[in-house]
Amino acid sequence: MNFFGLFKRSDPLPATAPVARERLQVLLAHERGSPRNSSKMVALKEDIIDAIARHMLVKPEAVKVKIDRRAEVSILRIAVDIPA
Amino acid sequence: MAKVLVVTSGKGGVGKTTSTAALGAALALNGQKVVVVDFDVGLRNLDLVMGAERRVVYDLINVAQGNAKLNQALIRDKRLENLALLPASQTRDKDALSEKGLARIIKELRTLFDWVICDSPAGIERGAMMAMRHADAAIIITNPEVSSVRDSDRIIGLLDAKTERAARGERVEKHLLITRYDQARAMRGEMLKKDDVLDILSVPLLGIIPESEQVLRASNLGQPVTLANPLSAPARAYNDAARRLMGDNLAINVPLERFNLLGRIFGGRAA
Ligand SMILES: Nc1ncnc2c1ncn2[C@@H]1O[C@H](COP(=O)(O)OP(=O)(O)O)[C@@H](O)[C@H]1O
Ligand SMILES: [Mg+2]
Repeated sequence: MNFFGLFKRSDPLPATAPVARERLQVLLAHERGSPRNSSKMVALKEDIIDAIARHMLVKPEAVKVKIDRRAEVSILRIAVDIPA
Repeated sequence: MAKVLVVTSGKGGVGKTTSTAALGAALALNGQKVVVVDFDVGLRNLDLVMGAERRVVYDLINVAQGNAKLNQALIRDKRLENLALLPASQTRDKDALSEKGLARIIKELRTLFDWVICDSPAGIERGAMMAMRHADAAIIITNPEVSSVRDSDRIIGLLDAKTERAARGERVEKHLLITRYDQARAMRGEMLKKDDVLDILSVPLLGIIPESEQVLRASNLGQPVTLANPLSAPARAYNDAARRLMGDNLAINVPLERFNLLGRIFGGRAA
């Protein structure tokens, strides 16, 4: 038995990094679409939480912000769980 | 004029705390007055990596709430007199840090130090937003791996939307620090290459920190890697990055361990 054989890979693994690169490029082009959309939602949610927090005690998880995109109009839905 | 840096990433476990400690110590070694600030409220770790965990008395939130003075909370480093730590609190209440309190602390830190380095928590929630709020510049920590690159991309968007600078219509200076880089694996096509990450994120590169056992060794000892083993590959890479922050124009390469016997015997696998 060859001692060094233990440490050498017999057949090199196929390169997967190019696949990763390709997937990221496609995904990020999509996520950035309409100026970094996802970040905008996060920013909006942050502002809503800050505004509510000035008036009552709520946990960030208690605030849900969602945009429903419809053909004619889009609806911004804000749901806040307030402790009883 | 002091500079406020945020070390941020979106994803957890990519090396923010390691990098904050290593860059802070490297800047201090280069004669700069530095404070590292832990924003990971509830999960503080920077004190451990800096070896100051038994010296924490007051924390960021105590100061923000006016229950302690800044100089009571600041911990002077035992090795470098011009390096200090402002620890995070262990409180579970992440909202305890107020916007106003934080603004006051950052303003005061700016008068005391050349560099204020904010170690961000993971995620894109309030804690991470607070850490970046007052930043003049951001160091985006990215591993050559799909989820880390994606999260970095989101953080970059937030830096341009949620910071004080953005609110004033100014830009936050951005620097990319690729960490846990394995040159051999990148060359074999097993891992994204530095140029892949740069192309995708298009943020100027501050440095490349190799994957190295020296990092764990340093954190075991409670020492920033730039102090624990200044000649090791990650320490040299962090030191170069620190000098680039100070304006030095150094070529960027992937530092390799100088005497890597295993790497030679086994064809670079351990390099
Ligand atoms: N260059 C590196 N080589 C090897 N291990 C590293 C390197 N950078 C960070 N690590 C390890 O990764 C883990 C997470 O690092 P940490 O700095 O705590 O990340 P974060 O603050 O982003 O959550 C730690 O165990 C640390 O020792
Ligand atoms: Mg951390």
